[in-house]
Amino acid sequence: MTNKTILVVLLALFAFTFSFAQETEKKAYLLPQADVKTLDGKAFNTKLLKNDGKPMIISFWALWCKPCIKELTTIADVYPDWVKETGVKLVAVSIDDARSTARVQPFVDSKDWEYQVLLDPNGDFKRALNVNMVPHTFVLNGKGEIVWQHTSFSEGAELELINIVRKVAKGEPIE
Amino acid sequence: MRRLSIGLLLLFAFSQSPISYAQNLPGSGSIHGNFELSAQLYSDDSVIGAPKVDEKMRMNGYLNLLYTNGNFTAGIRYEAYLNPMLGYDQAYEGNGIPYRFASYKKDDLEVTVGNFYEQFGNGLLLRTYEDKTLGIDNSLDGIRLKFEPYRGITVKGLIGNQRYYWERTKGIVRGADAEINFNDLLTSLANSKTHIILGGSFVSKFQKDDPGSLYKLPENVGAYAGRMDLSRGKFRLSGEYAYKINDPSVLNNWIFKEGQALLIQSSYSQKGMGITLAVKRIDNMNYRTDRSVSGSPLTLSYLPPLTRQQSYSLATIYPYASQPNGEMGFYAEFVYKFKKGSLLGGKYGTDLNVNYSGVYNIDRQKVNATDSLGASGTLGYKSDFFKLGDEIYFKEFNTEITHKFNKRFKGIVSYLHQTYNIDVIEGHPGDPMVYANVAIADLTYMLSDSKALHAELQGLWTKQDKGDWAQLLLEYSIAPSWFVSVMDQYNYGNPDKAKQLHYYLGSFGYNKGANRIAFSWGRQRAGILCVGGVCRAVPASNGFQINITSSF
Repeated sequence: MTNKTILVVLLALFAFTFSFAQETEKKAYLLPQADVKTLDGKAFNTKLLKNDGKPMIISFWALWCKPCIKELTTIADVYPDWVKETGVKLVAVSIDDARSTARVQPFVDSKDWEYQVLLDPNGDFKRALNVNMVPHTFVLNGKGEIVWQHTSFSEGAELELINIVRKVAKGEPIE
Repeated sequence: MRRLSIGLLLLFAFSQSPISYAQNLPGSGSIHGNFELSAQLYSDDSVIGAPKVDEKMRMNGYLNLLYTNGNFTAGIRYEAYLNPMLGYDQAYEGNGIPYRFASYKKDDLEVTVGNFYEQFGNGLLLRTYEDKTLGIDNSLDGIRLKFEPYRGITVKGLIGNQRYYWERTKGIVRGADAEINFNDLLTSLANSKTHIILGGSFVSKFQKDDPGSLYKLPENVGAYAGRMDLSRGKFRLSGEYAYKINDPSVLNNWIFKEGQALLIQSSYSQKGMGITLAVKRIDNMNYRTDRSVSGSPLTLSYLPPLTRQQSYSLATIYPYASQPNGEMGFYAEFVYKFKKGSLLGGKYGTDLNVNYSGVYNIDRQKVNATDSLGASGTLGYKSDFFKLGDEIYFKEFNTEITHKFNKRFKGIVSYLHQTYNIDVIEGHPGDPMVYANVAIADLTYMLSDSKALHAELQGLWTKQDKGDWAQLLLEYSIAPSWFVSVMDQYNYGNPDKAKQLHYYLGSFGYNKGANRIAFSWGRQRAGILCVGGVCRAVPASNGFQINITSSF
């Protein structure tokens, strides 16, 4: 157990110093690479996610997650305005597993969402981004770096999201 | 293992040193991770049958750290269950580092050593994954290679032992998978409207024979599967067939029958409408690294239930789980959007979802005149591939309508009729089939741009099992950070008057960025709980609970 204790203490120290470093240096980090799928089952690596130097929103959701669907539906109502104003692109990554992946496309088509939808059935992208629970939404700047993230959704939170995207689109710092 | 952990930690230490303090300079690495802690102070509550908790407080926690530097990634996870919360597998008691890996990707080759998660196709042969809220983690510990020898072709190979709580099994799993995307591979199909993907996999597990067993048990149990995915315009058809050689285990009563699984899914969808049809057949497909183990650990195959994953709590009182020994099922779903401005659409549109699922036993006949059906040591039974068994396991009819009335008020109304074979699914021999009707109204009213009031009224009516339930949930949220809620689930129809209980729960939470802290107090039924903007699977408990999550 002594070795384990040392490891635990070291890990705790690193986690603490790391999160402290987070506070003093608001960091942006490059989107991790993971293998996911497009809606028609084709392999897709997340390094291909680009938006011509404009901001991106990546939102993790699932068919069974009602707050996720509320978030994406609420944004869908104002998405054309957001795109016109900031050029933002929203990528909705479904973490539905093999039980429900076949139902994602009919659902997305019926809702008439204009997002780019990806499937992450075994959670590889979710793990690479350290997502614990859904909804979990990231904002990326024009260089493909993550500059902001948020979990949970309550009605009205989309206003904070678009404010962050506006700042990113103009190249302003977020705080 | 220890050396690898220490090596990884030294790497982290280096990346933390002043030289590489700025985390995103080209050439230096970065560390990110997540953290979660759930702790509950348990109150005695013999009325709901809550077990006594000697240590008074139990906690589950974990920390993930991921280090990335160019093409190199390494990760480590620390877990602590001191002791595991009620409803979680108590064999997780303890703490340690059950997960660590290093991975390198260059050109078309990716190598991972250590623990990894992998799914072949739909998972019928192999799916190793983690779900912290359910307590599932069957990662393989070994080596995995992913290679793209040519555009459109992906090949994977793996070998490892499997995580078994704080140990690894002695059994070895090896597997290979290949997938070909014909539209990428053949230039003649590059612009075709028809998309074709074919795949095949082979998995084999090795476990030494048990000298104490009556039978000569197969040590190498192999299984193979083939899959295809076709799509053209609005149509999609995909299927996977899996076959496993004889695999006697405690879960199939030690029969020597082979196993088969078939999954076919099809859909047609266009703007505003979608139809899905799926069928499934499973016959003796329990596939694990250890033939003597039951419960949640050490699974290799993932046999997805075809029923809709419901999210409202009373709709999940009677949830279906796949029966690996044999079942046949189908699922049909129709989703439609009544357009804005139309009669049923109203000003904002109306969404309709109608779905129906049915799951039956498989046909089973005696193999010969002498052996009884399913007897140990024999071939067990034979089963007509296209015949449904005569026993219903589960049926569900569900209609759900979503509508926004005005800028401030929207709602979802859902109705379900369920037929639930509680005898087979939950292991209550002799209990009658449960027939339940469930109705749900999920309403949200915006008090202002950022303040919302959310109410859920649910009812479940049944003459069997525990009788009728009613539920009321009220939640007040101030976007994006605060929420407070109260909920009561009342089993008013329980045939035993002493068990007509209220399951009351109050919650409160705060969220900033990717950090969240939530408190709750009261009783909880097992099921799926969606409160405070987040959904999770929750085990039964009573007491005061704190939950902290963070992503960094």
